[in-house]
This record gives sequence, C-alpha cells and structure tokens, in this order.
Amino acid sequence: MGARDQHGTGAPWGDEFRAVGKSLRKIEGLSKATGEAVYADDIMLPGMLHAKLLRSPHAHARIVSIDTSKALALEGVHAIITGADLPICYGVIPWTKDENALAVDKVRFIGDEVAAVAAIDEDTANAAVRLIEVEYEVLHSYFDPNESLVRHEPAIHPGNKHGNISKRVELEFGDLESAFASADVVMEEDFVFHGSTHAAIEPHCAVARASADGLVTLWSSTQITHYVQREVSRVLGLPQSRLRVIQPTLGGAFGGKSDPFSLEFVVAKLALITGRPVKMLWTREEVFYAHRGRHPMQMRYKTGIKKDGHLTGVEATITIDGGSYSSFGLVTTYYSGQLLTGPYDFPNYRFDSTRVFTNKPPCGPKRGHGSVQPRFAFEIQLDELSEAIGMDPIEVRRVNDIGENTKTVNGQRVTSNGFGRCLDEVERASEWKTRRGKLPLGTGLGVAGSMYISGTNYPIYPNDMPQAGIQLKVDRSGLVTAFTGGNDIGQGSSSVVRTILCEELGLDPLDVRVVAADTDLCPVDLGAYSSRVTFMVGNATIDACRKLRKQIVEAVAAKWEVDAKRVYLGSGEVFDTEQRETKITTREAFEIAEAFHDTLGSTGAYNTPTLGGDYRGGSIGASPAYSFTAHVVEVDVDVETGMIDLKNVWVAHDCGRALNPMLVAGQMEGSAYMGIVEAVFEDHKVNRFGLHSGPSLLDYPLATALDTPELHALIVESIDPEGPYGAKEAGEGPLHPALPALSNAIYDAVGIRLRELPFTPGRVLTALRAKAALDKETKGASC
Amino acid sequence: MLRLPQFTLERPTTIEEAIQLVADANGRGRFLAGGTDLIPNLKHEFIEADVVVALGGIEALRGIEVTAEGGLSIGPLTSLVDIAESADVQRIAPALAQAVGTIAGPQHRQMGTIGGNVMLDTRCQWINQSHFWRSSLGFCLKKDGSACHVVEGGKRCVAAASNDSAPALATLAATLDFQKAPTEYGNGKRTLAFDELFKADGAWNKKVSADELLTRIHIPATPVGHKGGYAKLRMRGSIDFPLLGVAARLDVDGEGVIEHADIVVIALQARPLRVRKASALLVGAKLGAASYDDALAAVMVAAYEQCHPLPNIPGDHEWRQEMVPIYVKRALAAAIA
Ligand SMILES: Cc1cc2nc3c(=O)[nH]c(=O)nc-3n(C[C@H](O)[C@H](O)[C@H](O)COP(=O)(O)OP(=O)(O)OC[C@H]3O[C@@H](n4cnc5c(N)ncnc54)[C@H](O)[C@@H]3O)c2cc1C
Ligand code: SF4
Repeated sequence: MGARDQHGTGAPWGDEFRAVGKSLRKIEGLSKATGEAVYADDIMLPGMLHAKLLRSPHAHARIVSIDTSKALALEGVHAIITGADLPICYGVIPWTKDENALAVDKVRFIGDEVAAVAAIDEDTANAAVRLIEVEYEVLHSYFDPNESLVRHEPAIHPGNKHGNISKRVELEFGDLESAFASADVVMEEDFVFHGSTHAAIEPHCAVARASADGLVTLWSSTQITHYVQREVSRVLGLPQSRLRVIQPTLGGAFGGKSDPFSLEFVVAKLALITGRPVKMLWTREEVFYAHRGRHPMQMRYKTGIKKDGHLTGVEATITIDGGSYSSFGLVTTYYSGQLLTGPYDFPNYRFDSTRVFTNKPPCGPKRGHGSVQPRFAFEIQLDELSEAIGMDPIEVRRVNDIGENTKTVNGQRVTSNGFGRCLDEVERASEWKTRRGKLPLGTGLGVAGSMYISGTNYPIYPNDMPQAGIQLKVDRSGLVTAFTGGNDIGQGSSSVVRTILCEELGLDPLDVRVVAADTDLCPVDLGAYSSRVTFMVGNATIDACRKLRKQIVEAVAAKWEVDAKRVYLGSGEVFDTEQRETKITTREAFEIAEAFHDTLGSTGAYNTPTLGGDYRGGSIGASPAYSFTAHVVEVDVDVETGMIDLKNVWVAHDCGRALNPMLVAGQMEGSAYMGIVEAVFEDHKVNRFGLHSGPSLLDYPLATALDTPELHALIVESIDPEGPYGAKEAGEGPLHPALPALSNAIYDAVGIRLRELPFTPGRVLTALRAKAALDKETKGASC
Repeated sequence: MLRLPQFTLERPTTIEEAIQLVADANGRGRFLAGGTDLIPNLKHEFIEADVVVALGGIEALRGIEVTAEGGLSIGPLTSLVDIAESADVQRIAPALAQAVGTIAGPQHRQMGTIGGNVMLDTRCQWINQSHFWRSSLGFCLKKDGSACHVVEGGKRCVAAASNDSAPALATLAATLDFQKAPTEYGNGKRTLAFDELFKADGAWNKKVSADELLTRIHIPATPVGHKGGYAKLRMRGSIDFPLLGVAARLDVDGEGVIEHADIVVIALQARPLRVRKASALLVGAKLGAASYDDALAAVMVAAYEQCHPLPNIPGDHEWRQEMVPIYVKRALAAAIA
C-alpha cells in the first residue's frame, strides 16, 4: 500500500467498531496518577552532573568579554562553556537560523543564555554561575513593536536583511475595492491581542549521556524529538545517527516545547566534555524566559457585508511582536493571514502581516498557532456587522458557512465540514434563541466560530519522505508493539495508536505496547505540532496494521486451506466465515503467521496529498482536513468592579470522528479553558525595564477550579474522507472562538465592545463609564 | 525549581530554647512556622538566615481557647484552617474567621499559621522575585539597592502589608504577647496592642524585631450585638494575596443602632490603615434605616479619600482605589449578613 492511500471511514472488519468510539482510559493514565511515570527530571544516572545557566541581565547588549576563571576554580565545578563552544546557529525553520545555544557576541533579552556550568550539584553550579564575570556594552533596546517597524539601528539581528523586521507577508486574493464598494456596511477597526504563554506544569528538563565510543543519548521534555535530533546533532557536529533523542513522559507542552532549546545543546555538549551524564532542569522563571508563547498582535480589520448577511471582503493589516528570535515566526506570519479563510466564504481577501523583533522573550507557537489572534479580531467584527445589518450573529455565520468539498479564497481545499452543525449545537444547548439579548443587565451570551488545520503539508524542511512513519513488531506471545516517532505530550497520541491497533487486529488493549518518540527505536515522525498527530500518525498506523493483517490472514488461510477472504480477524478470535467452528485466538494466528512467514513485522506511513494555492507560501496552512468549532459563552459582568465571572462555555467541535470521545472532550474542554483564561487573567509582558513582569505562577495567574466556567463539550462528527476512520484534529481548533465569544457575550451583557486584550476589570470599568457618558449625551441630545 | 539556600535547621520544643537559638544567631536567625512566607522569601534571597528555628515542636504555641471573660486566646502556631473553621472564632470574632478563610489556597491554609500571618513580610512586585530578576533590576531599597521603583526618589520602602488577618485583628482590638531572650535589662517579655505592631516602613514594618517570638494573640470579648465582616479584592477565587482587604466591625444595640464602628484596610502601604471617619459617621445610625444608608454613602466617600493604593503590588492601582468604597460596602454587608 502506498503512503497516500485512503483507508475508508467505516468499521474495518464488520458492521461495528470495536475500539474506535470507545472512551478507553489513556495509555499512561494510571502511571501518571500513581506517580510511576518517569519524567525527564526523574532520570538519575550514576555520576550525573547538574548544569545551570548564566543569563543576561540586559535586554540588549554586546558581550565585550567573559571571564570564567573564578567560577572554574570553585570546587565541584567540572566544566564551563560559553557561546564560543557552540558557535553554530540553529533555528527550527531552516531559513531563519538565528539562535545560539549560548550567546555569541550579543544578548537580546533579559534571560538570554550566556554561559553554562556543569558541577557536582545544583548549588555548586548556581554558585559558580554567580562567579562568572561578563562585561557588556549596553545597546538601545526595543520593547515597542511599532518602534521596531521603523527603527533598524541598532539591529537586534545585525545580519538580517530587513533590519528589525523578522518577516513580512502580503497576499491578495480577488478585488478588495469592488468588494467594499458592493457592501452595504463596511467596518474598519483596531484590535489588540496581548501575549500569553503556555505554562505547562512540567518545566523544561534535559539529560544527556555520552558513551565511551562517542554515542550521545539525550532525554528531553520536547514535543518534537525529530527536530531536536536534527538541530542538536548539527550544532554539535555529530552525525544524526550518533545522537539518540528520547522524550520521557511529558507534563504538558501546548507548543512551548516545539523548538530546540538551549538546554538540550548545553547538556549534550557538557556530557561530551566531562564524560559524565549531565542534567539541566529549568526553574519556572526560566520557562517564562524560554517562552515561545502567543505573539502579541496589533490588528486592523476592514470587512464588508451585504444586508442579506453575505460577506464581500476582508482586509487585514497586522503587526506581530516576535520578541528576540525567529523561532517559528515565518510560519506565524503566514498563519496570521492564511488561516482566516474559513469557516466563512468571502470572495475577496487581502492581508499584510509584519513580524518584528523586540528585546523580549521570543514568541513562537502556542495552541492555535498564529490564528487565535486574527480570529479574535475577526469574530468580534463579525458580531458588530451582524448588529449593523440587524441579523442574528449565528444566522450571519450560517449564511457565510463555506460548506464542504470546496476551496477557500486563498486556494485551500476543504473537504468535510461540520460547521453548520456546530452552530446548531451551541444554539440549542445555550438556549440562544430564548435567552440571548433578553438576559438581565450584567449577564450575556456571545458566539464565535473558527476553523483549524489537521496538520499541514508543509514539513518545516522540504523533503519527499513520509511525514509520519510507524513500525509494528508482533510475535508468538500475542503482543503487538508499535514504534512511533509521534510524541505523546499528554494529548493522547499513543492512546490513538493503541486504539487503532485494537480495532484493526482485534486486540485487547493490554496486548498492545506503544514505544514512542525514541529516535533510535522509532521511525521518523514530525512530532506533536499543528494538530497533525491523529490524522497523520493515525493513517500511518492503519497502513501498517493492514499490511500486517494481510500477512497473518494469508498464513491462516494457507493453514486452513481456504481462500484468504474467508478468514476473519478482528474480534480477538480468528475464524472461517463460512465455517464458524473453525476458530483460533489471535495469538494462535500470530504463531501460524510467524511459522509461515518467519519473523513478522510491518511498517506504515503517511504523507499529505499535494495541497495548497499555487503561489509563494500557498502550501503554508494547507491541510488535508480542517476542523470546525463554534462556541457560545455565557458571562456575568460585575458592573461595580468590572470583574468578569465566566459562567458557561458551550463548545461544539467537528473532529471528523471521535476515535476516543473522552479524549476528544478533554481536548475541547482544555482548549476552551485555555483560551478564555487568556482573555481574563493572563498577560505575558515585560515592564519598563524590559524585565518579565512576573515570571511565576503567582504573578502570572491561571484560573483555578473556582474561576473556571462550566465547560460543555458537544462533539460533532462530519466523518472526513481522508482521516483515519474519518477523524480530524481536536487539540487546537476548539480554543479559537473562546476569546471573541467572550467579548461578544460581554457586549450582550453590558453593551461594551472590548477589542483589546486582556479584559482587565479596570478596562471593563473604563468602557462602562465611557458608554454611560455616551448614553447620557445621546439621551440629552434627543430631548 | 529554585534552590533553597543552606541554613542550620533547629527544632526546639520550648519557647525558651527557641528564642535563645534566634538570639544566638546574631540577627541571622528566623522563626519558621508554616514556612509559606519564609521559604519563598529565602529562595528569593531577600531574607537571609544562617539559622532557621522551626516552631512546630512547641506545644505551648498552639490552640484556641475561650477565656473566662468570653474573649479568645489563640496560639500563634494554630493553622489558618483551624482558625477559619473554629466555631468559637466564628462566633466571637467573625471578621477574623472570614479573613483567614480567604488567605491563599487550601494547602497554604493547612500549612500556614495565624502567627506567621500576623508576622507576614510586606509585598511588592519589585521584591517578590528571584535574585537574578532583582539583580537585573539593580535591586531596590528594601534589599541590596538604593532606589525605590514604586515611588520615584522615595527614601522609604512602601511595600504593602498584605496579611488578611491584620485588619480583622485591628478591628477586634487584639493584643499580642511577644518574648525574646532575657537580658540584663529585662525578661524579654512585652505585650503590644495590635495597632502598635506596625510602622510605616515596608523594609521591616513591625516595631518588634525578628528575634521576638509572638507567643499569644488575645482578642477581648465582643458584645452581644457584635458584627464583623471581611471583603477581599483579588483576581482569582483562591490563592491570590489581597489587592485590597477591608475588615469592618459594627457593635449594635438591641434596636439595631450602631454603638461602635471600625473599618481597617490592608494592601495599601506598609501598615494597615484605619478609615478614621468610619466610627464618627456610622455610630448612631440604625441598621436597615435611611440613616444607615446615608452613613454608608458617607463612609464610602471617606474611605475613597483616605486610601491611596500604590503600584507596589501587581494590579492597576487606579482601579484598586476605585474599589476601596465598593469593598468597604461589601465588608459592611458581610458584617451585617
Ligand atoms: C501562593 C501564596 C499565596 C498566599 N496568599 C496569601 C493571602 O491571600 N493572604 C495572606 O495573608 N497571606 C498569603 N500568603 C502568605 C502565607 O501563606 C500566609 O500569610 C501564612 O499565614 C503565613 O504563615 P506561616 O505559618 O506559613 O508563616 P512563615 O512563613 O512560617 O512565617 C512568616 C514570617 O513570620 C515569622 N513568624 C512566624 N511565626 C512567628 C511567631 N510565632 N513569632 C514571630 N515571628 C513569627 C517568620 O519568621 C517569618 O518571617 C500566601 C502565600 C503563598 C505562597
Ligand atoms: S516599595 Fe520600593 S523599596 Fe519597597 S520593595 Fe517595592 S520597590 Fe523595593
């Protein structure tokens, strides 16, 4: 079977699914609950050293000199390295390698890594860090992205062609001028999205060991083992085959562990230098500096609508604050425009997005990469346009639903689409028709919709090899082991693999093992990002299972001397469909197959079909399948304090098919929580000195159980023609509508439009006062 | 995780041993109760200690007793959860029970003690940070530096007293017993009125020094018509320190006429602040009558004019000032409820 073959969407062997659609407990669930799971920081190796980083106290400075002699003289210090020891630049995107594991010549934000110490314990390493003497020449620092747009000297990255501009993307589809001319209402407004970070509970940690023959093993809390292997081996000058990267159990990532990070290079280098295993665990504060969180964006949207509700065109101008490095910024810049073109059909579109560098912790991908911010702006504007033409906002969204089997204005292929049903679900569950606009002052309902990718056909570095690969091992014991490069970061990717194996081969879950994210053992997979895992790894798993099943069925058929078509395998029993009493267990079938074929095994792969618009960047954001979401948020606004009480979020999400409804609902609830909390509590910002304003979980507050709204997950299944059994993503899409739906709900509650995040009580009160003053004025004028 | 600096841990079982151990450390000794404030501050290195004296083994420091006069005698080592849930505290000192029930999160209330809360250090966004962070800033007046980042050119630290129990204890006219190692000048014991404990310096906002052990908290009996309430402004429903905390006391007669009133606010500057005019405005008003509504409106204005939150703790200080009258109203409502 070729990698791009379709596997069908129904139950593979018979009328009903046996494992798919069941809420099986997560593969690692019990081990996490009991504490048995091994995270990176649980790894202790004999003779292990501990490493710590010296970080820059300046936001922007040139390094004049570094003197490590006093630190090296401290007893218990084994090695100290600086930028000179790891001079090769890296970056997750091959065209924008602008990072060094340790600063070479320059530091670009407070917290930038300068030197690393390996010592017998953490306290000795910390003490040594304070003994390193660095002389800096402080440079002008940039905290305001608008300054970076126009001022380029001093450049944050002196080699960069466009000064302090990190990336600019301008794309136009259709004719905006006539689009706005033909509209009945055109609105143009500014929106501001603040920054936010992932705040995964597990801080980053890495451990490395170098063997006597020069093989390096690196355990890291990464969500993309493959890119870590590529970049670390390149910077260290090691062949990829000599660097083994293993992801232990992960305590959350949300995009914040997608880049290769300083600590991975540093522990590997220090292990090679000292000949001892080396560990580095970051503090919570250091995790805030590593950041790669959601980009702050300043957005201007102009949208036209006809009285019948049809959108005529959308124009966006966006300034993106990238922080100090490129990270995934090239993709972010594209995504800020490319991913807005559904679930609504608008025939004309233009966007102009510019990402700039500033001297702040670097931004990167956070759940809903690059598209949560534009979605925030657009869905609020859509609400305002609905009001302007006097149409129910859900109805306007229905009128513009792009539908299935179609193309977006920027040339993206849309196949399955359950958006209309998502709207129906939230409308019904929230009792929208009888409640919206009719609730007492202070209480309101708001709606928003969105679309997101299930992986993209853009593999970060161009190549023709599979994007997902998996290998199966099976033997006479009855056990099937899957080796997958897919990273289980808590989202359930290994559980999905297991469900598919159970379904395809009729196995009990306890007769399946999944070995994941170990580059020595598992075939290459591009890892956990852009919501690609269920779709791509799932398809690769089906591919491998079907090849294996064929071998087994063939062997059993030969033994029974019947046609292979008559052999049923899929329920734990293997039998002759025309002579039911001829039956054996699956394990016995494996035995027969092993005898017939010799040692058994199979591989599976997936690659996207050719997708995307025929223009530069047209493949960025092109996905084999899109997921769709609608939210209705119910809010209470305290008009005395301006404080927001989140009551309910109804989340309807089209995930294609829910392979495991419990996991899908978990992702939907988690996404909605993460999104709405960003709007109310979080603000990842630096203060006037360029210091992170509060790099701790006390000063960067996440909602507690008391602050969390009731989350109602409403699963919609559109059955995608190309997804595994029809499945699409559920991990990121369901976040998007939360923020604009909240803003729209606040409007319904108290009549103020909040277009700037976060929705602090001070801002709410100010807007309430402005509205009261305006109401008074207009009332006065009409008398 | 941030590392805890090295120190010697002592675990005495008597008050006398404890105070001697701190005295012997020559200014570099600290008492440790629940540790929920001391440990983070040691990790952040703006408190330094060579000797940490854990109080957990001293039974004499525990317990809640109702005195013969009908007041309360509370051991400082009593956990916050025990205070909040005590029927005696709820009855005799309702504002204290309410305030303590809002401190931090459930785990902190299990570990944290009332004595530790009384003795809590002040808080400021420029000080409650790691050593690295503070060194990048160039430090500040409170520790290792020469400038204040809250009040430009300021010569005195204005970090905020942030202990939720303080305004409640102030309205309850609590007294505090302290004891330090005896010297040739005296036995080391003294009793302070709660109001006398604090001074207007955020670097160390107590009139006692770090070697004086709080041994008992006394709350005089409250009259039959005593009402007390606490209202706390914070972003989340749990965990957060107060952005503003208001304790209110009303003692009313049989007719509902207010005989005594008191309002104290926390999380402004280095010490709790009494709303001076509260008593004058509220006394004589009758609950449920128009006279009360008028008095309430006047008290809200008076509080707004007297309280000036600073950008010391996180949160928009202008908004916090606007919240002063609202939380005064809510504290009074909590008292009456
Ligand atoms: C996340 C978080 C949130 C918090 N939120 C709040 C909040 O909302 N409101 C609030 O008020 N507090 C809050 N706190 C602070 C703290 O938890 C409480 O104030 C608690 O009551 C402190 O008590 P403790 O026993 O843990 O004090 P410790 O940390 O043991 O001691 C605090 C200080 O008091 C001194 N001390 C302790 N006992 C005595 C004694 N008997 N005599 C003399 N000195 C003594 C110590 O030397 C130390 O300087 C929070 C803390 C954290 C970590
Ligand atoms: S108030 Fe001023 S001196 Fe005091 S802690 Fe804050 S910044 Fe430092």
